[in-house]
Amino acid sequence: MRNIKQDVRFWVIPLLFAVPVLAMVMGSYPARAELKVDITSGKIEPLPIALPDFFGNDAQAQTLGRDIAAVVAADLERSGLFRLIDRKAFIQARSSLRIRPKFPSWRQINAQALVVGSTEIRSNGQLRVEFRLWDVFAGQQLVGLRTDTESRNWRRVAHIIADAIYKRITGEQGYFDTRVVYVAESGPAEKRVKRLAIMDQDGANHRYLTSGSELVLTPRFSPTAQEITYLEYRGGRPRVYIFNIDTGQREALGDFPGMTFAPRFSPSGKRVIMSMAQDGNSDIFVMDLPTRRVSRLTSHPSIDTSPSFSPDGRRVVFNSDRGGRQQIYVMDSDGGNPKRISFGNGRYATPVWSPRGDLIAFTKITQGQFYIGVMRPNGSGERLLAKGFLVEGPTWSPNGRVLMFFRQPRGGQPKLFSVDLTGFNEREIRTPTAGSDPAWSPPKR
Amino acid sequence: MHRKILVTVIAGLALGACETTSDNAGSAQGSGSAAGSGSSSGGSGGSSPQVSSLAPGGVPAGSQEDLVTNIGDRVFFGLDSVSLSAEARATLEKQAQWLRRNQGVVITVSGHADERGTREYNLALGDRRATAVRDYLVALGLDQNRVKTVSFGKERPVDARSNQDAWSKNRRSVTTVN
Repeated sequence: MRNIKQDVRFWVIPLLFAVPVLAMVMGSYPARAELKVDITSGKIEPLPIALPDFFGNDAQAQTLGRDIAAVVAADLERSGLFRLIDRKAFIQARSSLRIRPKFPSWRQINAQALVVGSTEIRSNGQLRVEFRLWDVFAGQQLVGLRTDTESRNWRRVAHIIADAIYKRITGEQGYFDTRVVYVAESGPAEKRVKRLAIMDQDGANHRYLTSGSELVLTPRFSPTAQEITYLEYRGGRPRVYIFNIDTGQREALGDFPGMTFAPRFSPSGKRVIMSMAQDGNSDIFVMDLPTRRVSRLTSHPSIDTSPSFSPDGRRVVFNSDRGGRQQIYVMDSDGGNPKRISFGNGRYATPVWSPRGDLIAFTKITQGQFYIGVMRPNGSGERLLAKGFLVEGPTWSPNGRVLMFFRQPRGGQPKLFSVDLTGFNEREIRTPTAGSDPAWSPPKR
Repeated sequence: MHRKILVTVIAGLALGACETTSDNAGSAQGSGSAAGSGSSSGGSGGSSPQVSSLAPGGVPAGSQEDLVTNIGDRVFFGLDSVSLSAEARATLEKQAQWLRRNQGVVITVSGHADERGTREYNLALGDRRATAVRDYLVALGLDQNRVKTVSFGKERPVDARSNQDAWSKNRRSVTTVN
């Protein structure tokens, strides 16, 4: 319960007075997972799930019930792990579902899971949403939740419900109640206008954070998702900035003679790791945010860039051409013991450590093609998940199961995509304009 | 502070500049006598107009147009390379002479990469290219304080096409009069 309250405070600025309260309905049920999707294996057979509109006690509640069900269904469908059963096949009427599902009639249409929800506008104007996830074959409730919130929060409620379903079925944290920051692009390539933009992971609630008057690149979330660190050419000088999403304020991280770029927060959020160019040479530095003290981590006459901390903060993966061409290296967080981990054909770039710690995602360039791939932190087990004329810049879903990246076809516009760690279920993430440099919001705390 | 203010007083001069921008003389040798350093001798009278001397091609000496038309504002790099070719060095030697003639001019050298690399690496590569050009100009006698560098990585192509021809044009440094 506490989690959700915290999340909302972190997440949605206008919602300070509208905290959705999530409560278990009807106690807890012993969790014997008969219904389970193993998302670690290769091609997955999606789980057939029935998701009728949520039942509403009046016209407004009915509209919300329909909208919430649609958002939950879209989340589940996009994950590639669920197959929504056509509603025309439903036998049991929605009104009687509230009492208790007639399981035989759901078994008959091969639904394995059933989501039953209701929406209610309370006398105080608050929206109450309840839902239950049923195992149709066992006739057993798997999850039951209730939320009370302002009705304008209905989308977040839907994502929270989708997360609960995903978690109960897969055993993994859901990633639907998250956001994405990216660079929205417009105009001709020679004078490209780039703006920071933020949206829910499903593309809703899209808004621009910067005006486009300055070139901006490579935004990345802080661990609280309240701040973004990125590169901005303010006054013609490329430097690392921090942007506060709540206040819209931005601040340059220090004033160095050369360019600072390729920033990322540390897992604690107290440091920013980045590259700094001095006299034509780029090395990796880390800035302690409370003291603004800067420490050098690499000192090599090659290009060292794209640093990313391991989730425990003890190691850093980065990109260097010290071996002659771009490869991926791992070092201790104080810069010690750098070791090359990529040895395949081609150039390796943009390494990003998974929030689970088990994998490093990267961009690979070989034989005129770009790839998004993953490897273990010791360099073993390389797998390529997506390819294109240009694909670049992977970012992890908070549960470490999905990657988002951008793809630009030859002569075309860049767009955002996601792909499962299995390499299946590639999806375009629709944005109002061309988009690049996506960053998925971090794991919830 | 170092910035040189060029005011073209006669409309005809500006017109002349427009007409002849395509006239790439490439005769930097001859420009020495004509260009001089932008002499601004105030005339008599109340509003003493500033007068700029003209470089070949009818462009104001020491201007960006002068640099582009008579010297060449850019040099090109090989794939993934930051080394200066003989052709690049020749252009930069002409730039250095031109900067000696136009002492008030302060420049920015921007470094660029083609689209076939990753964004952050290309920013570093662009920085290397711009710095290589700056260092060469300084080695030829340019005061460090008259040159700044900036990298745009792959953010500002001159040729938006996705082919070898475009990529070789985009792997460049550009010298800009501030």
